[in-house]
Amino acid sequence: MLNTFKRGGVHPDDGKIYAKDKAIETPAVPAQVVIPMSQHFGAPCTPTVKVGDLVKKGQLIGTSDAFLHADIHASTSGKVIKVAPMPHNMMVKCMAVVIEADGKDEWAEGIPQAHDWKQLDSKEILELIKKAGVVGCGGATFPAHVKLAPNKPVDTFIVNGAECEPYLTCDYRAMVEKETTDKLVTGVQICMKVLGVKKAFIGIEDNKPEAIQNLTEAFKDIPEVTVLACKTKYPQGAEKMMIEACTGRQVEPGGLPMNVGCVVSNVGTVIAITDAVCQGIPFIERLTTVTGDCIKEPKNLRLRIGTTFQEAIDYCGGFSKQPDRLIAGGPMMGLAQYQLDVPITKGASGILALSPEKCQVGEESPCIRCGRCVEACPMGLIPSQLSIFSSCQAWDKCMEYGVMNCVECGSCVYTCPAKRNIVQYIRNAKGQCKAIQRVAQAKAEAQKAKN
Amino acid sequence: MSPEAKGQTNGKDAKDMQEFKLTVASSPHVRCNETIPKIMWNVVAALVPAAAFGVYYFGVNALVNIIVAIVSAVVFEFLWEKLMHKRVTIKDGSAVITGLLLAMCCPPSLPWWMSIIGSFLAIVVCKQAMGGLGYNIFNPAHVGRAGLMVSWPIAMTTWTQLNGTVIDGVAGATPLNVFKHGGVDALFNLFGTNDWGSIYQSLFFGFRNGSLGETSTVLLILGGLWLIYKGYINWQVPVIMIATVGVLMGAFYGVNVAIFEMMAGGLIIGAFFMATDMVTAPITLKGQMIFALGCGLITVLIRTLGGYPEGVCYSILLMNTLTPLIDRLVKPTVFGAVKKGAK
Repeated sequence: MLNTFKRGGVHPDDGKIYAKDKAIETPAVPAQVVIPMSQHFGAPCTPTVKVGDLVKKGQLIGTSDAFLHADIHASTSGKVIKVAPMPHNMMVKCMAVVIEADGKDEWAEGIPQAHDWKQLDSKEILELIKKAGVVGCGGATFPAHVKLAPNKPVDTFIVNGAECEPYLTCDYRAMVEKETTDKLVTGVQICMKVLGVKKAFIGIEDNKPEAIQNLTEAFKDIPEVTVLACKTKYPQGAEKMMIEACTGRQVEPGGLPMNVGCVVSNVGTVIAITDAVCQGIPFIERLTTVTGDCIKEPKNLRLRIGTTFQEAIDYCGGFSKQPDRLIAGGPMMGLAQYQLDVPITKGASGILALSPEKCQVGEESPCIRCGRCVEACPMGLIPSQLSIFSSCQAWDKCMEYGVMNCVECGSCVYTCPAKRNIVQYIRNAKGQCKAIQRVAQAKAEAQKAKN
Repeated sequence: MSPEAKGQTNGKDAKDMQEFKLTVASSPHVRCNETIPKIMWNVVAALVPAAAFGVYYFGVNALVNIIVAIVSAVVFEFLWEKLMHKRVTIKDGSAVITGLLLAMCCPPSLPWWMSIIGSFLAIVVCKQAMGGLGYNIFNPAHVGRAGLMVSWPIAMTTWTQLNGTVIDGVAGATPLNVFKHGGVDALFNLFGTNDWGSIYQSLFFGFRNGSLGETSTVLLILGGLWLIYKGYINWQVPVIMIATVGVLMGAFYGVNVAIFEMMAGGLIIGAFFMATDMVTAPITLKGQMIFALGCGLITVLIRTLGGYPEGVCYSILLMNTLTPLIDRLVKPTVFGAVKKGAK
């Protein structure tokens, strides 16, 4: 029987057919890159360069004193022509360093620098990962050096190769192509060494049999690593669902994977870790799928951070027809864009252009209590009820019904026959509840101080 | 939030699309192709065979009642929504279901104008006054039936004179009624046989007196199976409700009566089409199972101890009042939450 999570899940059309068989291509370095200072979960970085500076590829251009951050590096060599707020694919605008490429694409001094990871200890490896600014490539962009240093004992490392988001195929390509497969094999061992674990799983949805076969073959000499075929069911790639599928353990509400002894990393992250540790190469490029029924030639690309969506789409022949939505990421959790001059960031796993036919949303109508969302929710919530409480601004009720446990996977909205924007209501409620919690906390602290 | 913004492209072969609009909306950006009208019209389709059998068996007055009930339900919904300046939703099929179910739950010989009043109670009083589809507490068709029952009890219990069938000559009584007042002997008398097998056969295929659409057990089950196959209803609900009635009746009167009770009256149509009503039943499967158990229990109580021979309608209406409570008490376990009692 295939491994999967027990509760909920939906089966959207996977749309992988567009780019599944397109080998990874590397376009020419763009004439200009826009590198935002916030591309990770945590504190935004402050630029360390100013207008007019000449920078080299891999040079540090942004950092922060905060514990939770990931350094940012120049993705090509050239001249800094602008340090200003620029459009971003996750927010309206974000401080960014704009580099005009000089076309030489020269590495900064000391990069790349080869290391034998077997000779390094955990601390040195973590330092290299931190220096390279590696973050989670799946979309949550959590800094890898923090994740790989859990403050609780762990016994299992899990590589998330589910790629459960429809349309996206870059992880799939990474798992079937030779170069990336080799890096993946090394990366998994590096991560296991850093974590000090003896057991690792690679979870892959069974709609990617070639990837399962290729990795099973690649890891056949490393018995500690198990390649697991998981059921194709969205959101199989959600962290908690992946852990349940691989180990049968459930992370408690509000808890982190390390509470059940697991650390989960995306395929792309593990490859970036290999680059960072073995070659000292910072995170300056990533695999991104440019796809959708409106892209002329869907492709899987290795793109420099800071390449604009426009350039990536042009490389794929432009639009074949007018898209209704342009999405950064996949169709289930990705963010709809309103312009094309947003840059590729460390978390941009896909550029998806969908025609109106593919994203027919329909008119929202009242809930008929059919219960399909309750059936679909992998977190065991009652999404319909939460959406109603949220629309009535009954924030206390939202809390009582566990709104904070929502992972915003969108399964409820996907399955809703009344076409209700449940996740939108829930996001609003989560924001409001967080604000209320903060106020209550501040009050309690003030009271404490008084006493 | 501006829903639309301008985008530009200079793609090689897309010069004619200099400027276009991109939609900005909350994720997810794809939806399944299930819609409310699709669900509702499937329920209508599932009811049609049993209704058609009613027309074939009871004659033209049945057809008149079905048409009058459906048309009046749709017209009331339309008028109310126009009057209240709400979006007109008559195309979603839910008013059609209400009208059809109402007609199917009433005697085929009901005067046609009573059907109109029943539709008024169902659509205007029960459904729209509560806020429309999704907001009603009670099953609309059953409210219509209950309203007619208390207003015109004689018309609602006057059954068709049937000629040339197995129950020829025994007009004005349903098998349940006969059994309630006369016991097994009267039942044998009604069907003109004391062979349970042929009684079951009549009940299974629908050759018996009763409400317009409740008689044909086989066609109702087929319709229900269609809805289960489509995933619109959970099989547990009808199974639990019918089984509860069967088990309890069996305990009181033995197996033969139990099988008779399961196919008699409105139990089959109620269990497959009314207790499974999405709006008025609990939202979780566990809650729906409790709901079904309660429906079966109350049906038995009314049939054995109550004044009415039939209890399905009131049992479902009574359980409807408990739906919010069940929903509050029965919630799914949140992922990873430790169950009560376990450490």
